[in-house]
Amino acid sequence: MRTFALAGNPNCGKTTLFNALTGSTAHVGNWPGVTVDKKDGLYKSDKETVAIIDLPGIYSLSPYTPEEVIARNYILDEHPDGIINIVDATNLERNLYLTTQILEMDVPVIVALNFMDEVEKAGDKIDPKVIENALGVPVVPVSALTGKGIKELMERAISMPATREGKTVIRDAISGPLEPVLSYYKDSDVNSPLFHAIKLLEADEIEIERKGAKAALATATAGQAEGEEDLEAVIADERYKYISAHLSSAKTKAMHTLETKSDRIDKVLTHRVWAIPIFLVILLLLFHLTFSSNLFFLNGFTEKQNWMPTLFDPVEEGGLGWEETWSTTLLACFYDGTVFSPGVILANIFTWITDYITEGVSLLISVCGGAAWIDSLVCDAVLGGIFAVLGFLPQILLLFLGFSILEDTGYMARIAFVLDRIFRRFGLSGRAFMPMIMGFGCGLPAIINTRTLADEKERTATIRVIPFFSCGAKLPILTGMAGAMVSAFGFGNADLITYAMYLVGIITALVCVILMRNTTLKGDTPPFIMELPTYHFPKTRNLMLHIWDKAKHFVKKAFTIIFLSTIVIWFLQSFSWRWEFLLQDTQDLVDGIGLTASQKALTAADANYFVNMFTDGNGNLLVEGMVNLRTDESILGSLGMLLQPIFTPLGFGSQAGELGWVFAVAAITGLVAKENVVATFGALAAVVAATYIDTETNGAAACLAMVANTDITWQGVIAFIVFNMTTIPCFASCATAKAELPKGKFKWTLLFWFATSYIVSACVYTVLSWWWTTFIWLAALAIAVTLIVLNNRHKLDKLKIRRRNKKNGPDNTAAASD
Amino acid sequence: MEDMTKLLSEFTVGESGRIVKVAGEGKIRRRLFDMGVTPGAEVTMKKKAPLGDPIEVTLRGYELTLRKVEAACVEVELK
Repeated sequence: MRTFALAGNPNCGKTTLFNALTGSTAHVGNWPGVTVDKKDGLYKSDKETVAIIDLPGIYSLSPYTPEEVIARNYILDEHPDGIINIVDATNLERNLYLTTQILEMDVPVIVALNFMDEVEKAGDKIDPKVIENALGVPVVPVSALTGKGIKELMERAISMPATREGKTVIRDAISGPLEPVLSYYKDSDVNSPLFHAIKLLEADEIEIERKGAKAALATATAGQAEGEEDLEAVIADERYKYISAHLSSAKTKAMHTLETKSDRIDKVLTHRVWAIPIFLVILLLLFHLTFSSNLFFLNGFTEKQNWMPTLFDPVEEGGLGWEETWSTTLLACFYDGTVFSPGVILANIFTWITDYITEGVSLLISVCGGAAWIDSLVCDAVLGGIFAVLGFLPQILLLFLGFSILEDTGYMARIAFVLDRIFRRFGLSGRAFMPMIMGFGCGLPAIINTRTLADEKERTATIRVIPFFSCGAKLPILTGMAGAMVSAFGFGNADLITYAMYLVGIITALVCVILMRNTTLKGDTPPFIMELPTYHFPKTRNLMLHIWDKAKHFVKKAFTIIFLSTIVIWFLQSFSWRWEFLLQDTQDLVDGIGLTASQKALTAADANYFVNMFTDGNGNLLVEGMVNLRTDESILGSLGMLLQPIFTPLGFGSQAGELGWVFAVAAITGLVAKENVVATFGALAAVVAATYIDTETNGAAACLAMVANTDITWQGVIAFIVFNMTTIPCFASCATAKAELPKGKFKWTLLFWFATSYIVSACVYTVLSWWWTTFIWLAALAIAVTLIVLNNRHKLDKLKIRRRNKKNGPDNTAAASD
Repeated sequence: MEDMTKLLSEFTVGESGRIVKVAGEGKIRRRLFDMGVTPGAEVTMKKKAPLGDPIEVTLRGYELTLRKVEAACVEVELK
């Protein structure tokens, strides 16, 4: 099968054309070694079926960004049967700059002139024939959006001759130095010698490293007089000169209105005063629509709080007293005393469905006579694990959709424009803001979204600090523990503590970014030279395909690494070292069936011990199904006891007393999903407080049971919150980070997360316990900063000397003044 | 330097001119060239970001944004 590659600038409609060509056959993967999307698919015409590869959007074939290198190497090494170069007709000049470079390669090329309809709408005319004559390759006007011209484009592409020799439009201007370099490449027998030769004249980094290339370049430029414009500038300039010379005859310009629609939108969205407030409102709205269970604050609209009745509570408690059937519970997904946002509704419906599936499977197992541990393995570990992770999916996708719309419309580029000034201080570009802020919702889409960052080091630094922007799943830990602290120690304010914890996370993130950008991930602030595309209305088809890709990606992960790790944690939690299954059925416990020796002793002392724990006054079961009352005997429990001393410097280790290992256990289960921290406390309450607490309705009570029954101090509680907020994120985030980080960086990132959370919570604990330790921490920070500065200056001096030795000419002044 | 030339970073909103020279370190210079910032191109300063930096310019029929440090590499002859 023949293969055609799509190449073109970003924002030229390439994705739309790709989707139009390939339809449902599209497949998204990664280019080897880098995290740049690789899309391929099939185009079926009457004559033959061809493969279509979508190359990343690029402005040039320079060697500086991974996208450019991918596109360049693909065309040179993979020998596609043709390049379909998409060109934005509304912005011909800059778009054709890439075309002139592609033409220099030995590959058949066809130019697709996109957005011709918009050019005509504006009253301009472009004659494709004139461009065709100027470039020497076929030029076909198309509209990727409506599909107009695509058939003709592909017909002409398919009937192109199999080979084409590279041609350059700037031969006249550089023929002097070009000839010797070109003959060097021809002698060394490489493909596309013309392309390589011109790149070498541009002093291209990749070409210069080729054996013998330096010498060839030196002979070619030997005749150049000093002070003359260097070849790199000449070549770029000549390309544009050629394009404008031939465009003037191709394009008939109509009288233009001075202000385009895009300009008018920009006047508001990048306004000197309103830009940032407008952006904050858009952001808030997006989060509100995704996560709020009180849509537009309808609930508190009147003076009366909670004036809207709930569905299932008894009438005297302000409810409607409905019975819970499958239909009423479905209704409750949309409204239950408060109007839910679209994101919460989707999540509710998802949970509604999965609950029924789990119940059905559980029933099936008991009907077939399966053992209790099989039921727990299948329902708690396998289904529970998968559904817990998939349960995030609706809201993650909604968040993705929102951000894709912002990206597609061109607004995201403006946000970067507006915020760049702030982020540059931390060695990041304005683009880094989006993924970080997404971290407050969920780390997963946030980490994937770092793909919009061009610089690899900037990307790595951003991915590493995303977990510090406390995600939605960490909120119950925050509020639960803060509330428990306030009620156990009788001072403080839970809201204020929660707020302060968010601040601690943000400060940690910023400090870490600055430290990393000055040490392990050192690099210049990436340049910020980018196009501000004209505003476009987002294309539903593109958005849907994009969301579908993300969903597939996520589901695949949920079923592999996350699934496995969930089972491991379930196993550690549910079995003792003697392979004894620890979970017990609540009905059995109440009836006194299968009690352990210690449990028998408890019921001997108080016959109603389990009855009080699991039933209401009328003998109805409050908690149905399997519970784990013996976490202390589990493998995980003993692991917690083993690890407990590690947390002593953080205030929730040995000093928390005999039962203090509960905090270590919760921190481990939190690795599966941060919701598990509070859920584990609920199960552990059976061990430390002889009660069972259903954390779905009463997470705060579970936290309080832990705080009240251990010797933990209030400083320790705060340190525990800080630790969980900044430590290794959930498995889903880890798996995503592993996929998105450069090779070999993941294990260091795990270490970084653990070390950071350890240091930050130790700092919080000691400073809160003994105020004077502040000075020790400040001194340590000062020493670290001094060492980094000294070290960097030393390296910089070395670099400068090396540079000076390298460059011995008039150019030297520029390097020295840097 | 002639009297009539000015660095792009020193432009005020609405000023325009013709680029005469592009300096800067290899990577940044290359990027500027690729985005059409070459000697001979006409450039108009369009707007500053709310915090004063980066700036937005119109060039070769499209909108380009760049930081002031990068714009300082571009020498422009005023019209």
